[in-house]
Amino acid sequence: MQLDPLVFTAIAAMAVATYATRFFGYWLVRRTTVSGRLAGALEAVPGAVLTAIIAPMAFATGVAESGAALLTVLLASRLSLIPAVAGGCLAVVGLRLLLG
Amino acid sequence: MAVRPGGPLGGDFSAGTLRILPLLVAVVVYGLLFGTLAAQKGLSPLETALMSAIVFAGASQFVAVEIWTSPPAVVLLGATALMVNLRHVLMGAALAPFLKGWSRGQVYGGLFFMADENWAFALQRSAKTPLTPGYYFGLALPLYAGWIACTTLGAIFGGFLQDPARYGLDFAFTAVFLTLLTGLWKGRRSFLPWGAAALAAVAGHLFLPGVWYIALGGLAGALVGALATPLPKPQEQADAA
Repeated sequence: MQLDPLVFTAIAAMAVATYATRFFGYWLVRRTTVSGRLAGALEAVPGAVLTAIIAPMAFATGVAESGAALLTVLLASRLSLIPAVAGGCLAVVGLRLLLG
Repeated sequence: MAVRPGGPLGGDFSAGTLRILPLLVAVVVYGLLFGTLAAQKGLSPLETALMSAIVFAGASQFVAVEIWTSPPAVVLLGATALMVNLRHVLMGAALAPFLKGWSRGQVYGGLFFMADENWAFALQRSAKTPLTPGYYFGLALPLYAGWIACTTLGAIFGGFLQDPARYGLDFAFTAVFLTLLTGLWKGRRSFLPWGAAALAAVAGHLFLPGVWYIALGGLAGALVGALATPLPKPQEQADAA
């Protein structure tokens, strides 16, 4: 079991940032109302960040990865997390074999 | 599942626990997967447990491990956690009116445990009956304990796995995030910001060092999300459309 000081610092930074997001909405609503373009920006951010993370792998790595990404979305829209992730991982292995 | 507070398992805490229990199945799988991936990136079981215990936010933990480097980029990890968890701001704002009558400690403690699942159940409850701290913590604490336990187990056993790409595990992050995105999809309201994020991220991935493409994509999505929101004043609505 090890705990690296820099790893601890990084995890603590994540914890502080995350608690700030949990507290800020409560704090804000007791003083003002979140609406209009600020609400639009806040609402878009989580999906945008997740999209940004997967974009290079899903759109700019190869046909196998793009195909597996498409299959994952199809599975996820009908089934739950587990079959979608398992299907996506199996698809990427299979497609990489097929496409060399 | 309807739980009557006066039943044999009476008490608001038990009612909350029974409500959240079926969701723990998903937490087990999700937690084991997270622990496995964390171990692959070189995090020890203790470090994984610590992250689950003090961050306690699944999506941002997956993101952190995906962009994890050795040594870790502290500022980038903090900033990314902030962006991924921005939805909490809206969630906390929605929850705030129902925390009236809670003590300051209960509010600040309760907000620490606010996650998608217990937030949704808490709001559902507060539509019918006042939300008590007992019910809220009955929802939150089993979820919290389950998340720490399963991610730690995943980290202990995931470290033994050799060559994760053989099982397509290098694609697991992408698959998890695509699944989360499918759940977040809100049709046309999502299309423009997410499209902008994808374009900015692919461009950033080509031209920027490290994982700054994620911040670039997030900012692009926020900007488009703001611009795509019509302004409330009638005389300006024509311009915004």
